[in-house]
Amino acid sequence: MKVYSLSSHPNKACYILRFKEMTIMLDCGLCALPLMHFLPLPIIPTAKFNNLPSWIPRECTEAQLEGELKECCGKVFVDSAPEFQPPLSQLVDFSEVNMILISNYLSMLALPFITEGTGFEGVVYATEPTLQIGKFYLEELVQYIEKTPKLTSASHWKDISHLISPFSEDIKPRSWRQLYNLQSVYASLARVQMVGYDEKLVGLTSFYIKLYFLYRCIEFAIILYWKYYSLSSHPNKACYILRFKEMTIMLDCGLCELKECCGKVFVDSAPEFQPPLSQLVDFSEVNMILISNYLSMLALPFITEGTGFEGVVYATEPTLQIGKCNVAYGKAVLLHSDLNNITCDEKWMRDIKNQNESGSVLVPCYPSGVIYDLFECLSSHLDNSSLTQIPMFFISPVADISLAYSNILAEWLSDCKQSKVYLPEEPFPHAHLVKTGRLKHFKSIHDDAFNAEFRQPCIVFCGHPSLRFGDSVHFVQLWGSNPLHTIIFTEPDFPYVEALAPFQPLAMKSIHCPIDTSLNFNQANKLIRELKPSTLVVPDCYTHPPPSFPQRTELVIDQVDRKVLTLKRGEVLKIPLKRKRTRVNMSAEIAEAVEPCELRPGLAIASIKGNLKVKDNQYCIDMSSSSRHHQYETGALDVEQFVERLVHEGITDVKVEPNATGYIIHLYH
Amino acid sequence: MSEIKVTPLGAGQDVGRSCILVSMGGKNIMLDCGMHMGYHDDRKFPDFKFIAPQGPVTDMIDCLIISHFHLDHCGALPYFTEMFGYAGPIYMTHPTKAIAPILLEDFRKISVEKKGDSNFFTSQMIKDCMKKVIAVNLHQTVHVKHNLEIKAYYAGHVLGAAMFQVKVGNQSIVYTGDYNMTPDRHLGAAWIDKCRPDLLITESTYATTIRDSKRCRERDFLKKVHECVDRGGKVLIPVFALGRAQELCILLETYWERMNLQAPIYFAVGLTEKATNYYKMFITWTNQKIRKTFVQRNMFDFKHIRPFDKSFIDNPGPMVVFATPGMLHSGLSLIIFKKWAPVENNMLIMPGFCVQGTIGHKVLSGVKKLEFENKQIIDVKMAIEYMSFSAHADAKGIMQLIQYCEPKNVLLVHGEASKMVFLKEKIKQEFNLDCFMPANGESCFVQTDMKISIDVSVNLLKEEAVKYNSEPPNPLKERQIHGVLVIKDSSISLMDVDEACKEVGISRHIVRFTSNVQISDSSPINKTLELIYDQLLSYLQDKSQEYKIQLTESSLSIDSVLLSVERIDDKNKRVFVTWPNQDEEVGKIVLHVLKSMSNTQGTSYQPIELG
Repeated sequence: MKVYSLSSHPNKACYILRFKEMTIMLDCGLCALPLMHFLPLPIIPTAKFNNLPSWIPRECTEAQLEGELKECCGKVFVDSAPEFQPPLSQLVDFSEVNMILISNYLSMLALPFITEGTGFEGVVYATEPTLQIGKFYLEELVQYIEKTPKLTSASHWKDISHLISPFSEDIKPRSWRQLYNLQSVYASLARVQMVGYDEKLVGLTSFYIKLYFLYRCIEFAIILYWKYYSLSSHPNKACYILRFKEMTIMLDCGLCELKECCGKVFVDSAPEFQPPLSQLVDFSEVNMILISNYLSMLALPFITEGTGFEGVVYATEPTLQIGKCNVAYGKAVLLHSDLNNITCDEKWMRDIKNQNESGSVLVPCYPSGVIYDLFECLSSHLDNSSLTQIPMFFISPVADISLAYSNILAEWLSDCKQSKVYLPEEPFPHAHLVKTGRLKHFKSIHDDAFNAEFRQPCIVFCGHPSLRFGDSVHFVQLWGSNPLHTIIFTEPDFPYVEALAPFQPLAMKSIHCPIDTSLNFNQANKLIRELKPSTLVVPDCYTHPPPSFPQRTELVIDQVDRKVLTLKRGEVLKIPLKRKRTRVNMSAEIAEAVEPCELRPGLAIASIKGNLKVKDNQYCIDMSSSSRHHQYETGALDVEQFVERLVHEGITDVKVEPNATGYIIHLYH
Repeated sequence: MSEIKVTPLGAGQDVGRSCILVSMGGKNIMLDCGMHMGYHDDRKFPDFKFIAPQGPVTDMIDCLIISHFHLDHCGALPYFTEMFGYAGPIYMTHPTKAIAPILLEDFRKISVEKKGDSNFFTSQMIKDCMKKVIAVNLHQTVHVKHNLEIKAYYAGHVLGAAMFQVKVGNQSIVYTGDYNMTPDRHLGAAWIDKCRPDLLITESTYATTIRDSKRCRERDFLKKVHECVDRGGKVLIPVFALGRAQELCILLETYWERMNLQAPIYFAVGLTEKATNYYKMFITWTNQKIRKTFVQRNMFDFKHIRPFDKSFIDNPGPMVVFATPGMLHSGLSLIIFKKWAPVENNMLIMPGFCVQGTIGHKVLSGVKKLEFENKQIIDVKMAIEYMSFSAHADAKGIMQLIQYCEPKNVLLVHGEASKMVFLKEKIKQEFNLDCFMPANGESCFVQTDMKISIDVSVNLLKEEAVKYNSEPPNPLKERQIHGVLVIKDSSISLMDVDEACKEVGISRHIVRFTSNVQISDSSPINKTLELIYDQLLSYLQDKSQEYKIQLTESSLSIDSVLLSVERIDDKNKRVFVTWPNQDEEVGKIVLHVLKSMSNTQGTSYQPIELG
């Protein structure tokens, strides 16, 4: 089996697996970091960006470069339509990809780059929330950029990019591309086939693909298990864990000896083709770790084993069902919202409170995800601080869709949110906040209703978190010069200093408070320890400490006691998978025709010949139309007795001639 | 041959208290656990004693599946779990889990508080029971226990209705519950993939009906309501709180808006808002159209429909009232009916099926004088209309489902015996399938094919693939595989002969036959070989395809039979032929051909090589 990495950013993963003549893409994340090198696209044209001085490297005399690069406070920006870094296209021909598995909506933003205009003919699989939320993510992104079109499209700067200080070789601006249009978004989404939670997709391969979509507050994680069902007594399986929340792509594959319970199941079910689901239940204990992941996204120290959290989560229940699993989710979520409040109090709620007495707050955000939680805890915090009168504005072309969808996907929410539906109440309180006028949502700042409702101080949630396009650009410009206002960064995707760079000089306060829902290293290592993969594939950057904290050697994935392979963008890994047996169905007719020869009690052999049918990578042996039969001789060899028998049969002219490996018996007649 | 045993405890040649026991592969599954609304005695619940006359019932049932929230499918659930002692797993979909307890509580109130039924479950029991329920998602494969797996498919019938596939080892069944094959105003059509179950257990409520188009029925309904309201009459539509009620509300709401009608519409369900809230929240379970438009406008936000108060019963003037329960067996709908029935101008529209024994059933069958418990006699003068809005599959729909999932056998439940007979014949005729229709308490055994899974050595398959791929593509040609089955205890594996010998620890002998045949032919050796080759082909004729024949300058091989020619003198040649015992048949054929070409006999001898 081969694993290709097409993405340089571990949180915007894109992998290709090649195995058994199948080419499967796992996620297709779009790296948006190149945006940081572009000038923002203001909604209302301002002199600020137009009047920036042009910048030309001293070594360069290229005339066409004029006006492509601008300088702001010592930093160089490209004045052009913004570009993104799609997955590497040279390594694999996308027309050969049979299927794309998408784990969450944040990992599907490159989908139109893969499926449109490439000859792609495969199927894309995603769950319903991923599809619906991913759809409005894509729509928002395209609409933002199309709303503020850039007439010029700079390209010459790429030729001299090595001369520009922030552009090192690693960044590879030549691979950057401008965004797709809405048409290709819809064409691409039309290829998506919805899969259910825990659904088995049969008939694609002899693999059995099991998708586990673990969902928390519209943040998903996925554990994808590939099970290769071979002989029960040879539990030869490959197992991948892929993409835990936003953090890591861990693919583990190869021979995986998964705890005793799965072994037991295999032995028990030896003659049947039975998915070893008790093994999956075992994994669903792992799901719990994903929950704790959510807890610890806030990086609070008290979320460790000592808290008794693990005890609450079904360590004792070996036959967990998913439903029960959700109970544990609920617990985690409860804890989570408490924590959220605490950190908010500590970190930025306080700031909000102070600010709000006079200034406003801007929260650049994506249209879904952690904002639902922010609405929830912020509103209760404002209530407690008697700041109920302060309005919250949510501005996005897809704001209404986002709020509506979040409340109808209760099956995918934590148990405590889910149980609200049974009352029936909406799982998130924002519908109520909208009804009472606390939270107001608008398509854009051009919305007439927005102009009527807008008053300060207020809290504005709007996109795009990169501050390069969307309504957030406008608010930074509007409020930038006033030190009473504050901008709070919660999305971890972009470095906030760089995001603010083209707007400098700024007087408004900026607070960096990323809410990362990923597993931390500690949790990832714990998870891997429990899964005991024989081979672990991780992005290269997780095997050494982050560049910003080179001394913190604990911030790596453990490599002790297991085979760890690392992968970078553009690299291919070959992972040997040894398969000795494969499961094949035998028709009843041929089974009846079998004449077993018993060698000793419990052991029999029989020679068979059949018609092999191969369909969808699944084998079946049927009656053959040929009547020819093969016989094989075994047993004790007694030549003397044989000759005696021949004589007995009347063949007397027998000459035995021993040779190196046996005997030659000559019969003349 | 293995078999599947099916015993309906309810819904066997009957509608009401659906409860079907299925035993297969050593597992027992109970499908639905409903109550019969036509009875007030012990017959209202299925006869659970049948399952375990003495012992605890939990050991006898591996899992219990509820298809949807209608009481004839889930009404006996609290009784079974809290009073009869079943403690095993219970599965249903999320909407069913949300809505079922409300309907159960409603029904409990009517039965206990109004009718004084004893031996009934309490509110607390409903709550305790629902806590044990495990909610499933569509298409989620739930592993219940070792070897037992269930999977839900969309059934359309009501919000959250599901069909369930149950798999035990290699055997599988599909239980449809109630389903609907045509999308309606708020629900989509049932869908299932080609899962080829051994047995399909399908409802057959409308086994003999082919319903006219839905649109006609809707127009008819609206016309009748409109006429009645126009002449100042009151329209009573008995419904169940959830399901059909919402569909009719959408229908009337849009009609009222379009026609600008002023007559009030009341929804007297007590949980109007709550009920429609479920629909808002479970939008993903409704049909495509509603799902697409819900952001702009939620179909379940009604403008013209207001909650009903009992005091409105005697209000003058026209009105339309939706009231529960749907079969007029008790509750508010019955109270309103008693008041309105004697007035000719009024109208009763029964939008769904009525169980035998209910007032609804009596009224529909034309009874004009009704006698109630307290000797109250009511003359029914109001117009009675029956409109089948009940979202069951009709005969066409049932046939369609059979076509979709391609079962090997069909079993009919949830219908009337006479209608079942008709459908049974039709299924036999059209699909050539065995069709069963057991009565309650009657067990029925369905024979299923044995499916044998074996493990095949990858090497063996690869060798075959290499051989197959090297040949010119011919889809008609069989891909032949041969090897040795090793049956060790209960595992069966197929491998090539050498691997097998190694595996079982025996040594293999090769018996090789060798023979010389002298033929007279003066042409060069390669010509002689060609001659033999031609002879062989003409002997084998069209069977020659089965053999792998290779001709080179100095030798000829037919499968593993080798043939070479040696010159004796100018005129004579000796043909040397050798084959292993496994190709004895081919060897014989070749020898036969050679001998027919040979003019001299007796000079050949056959050494046998043993080793």
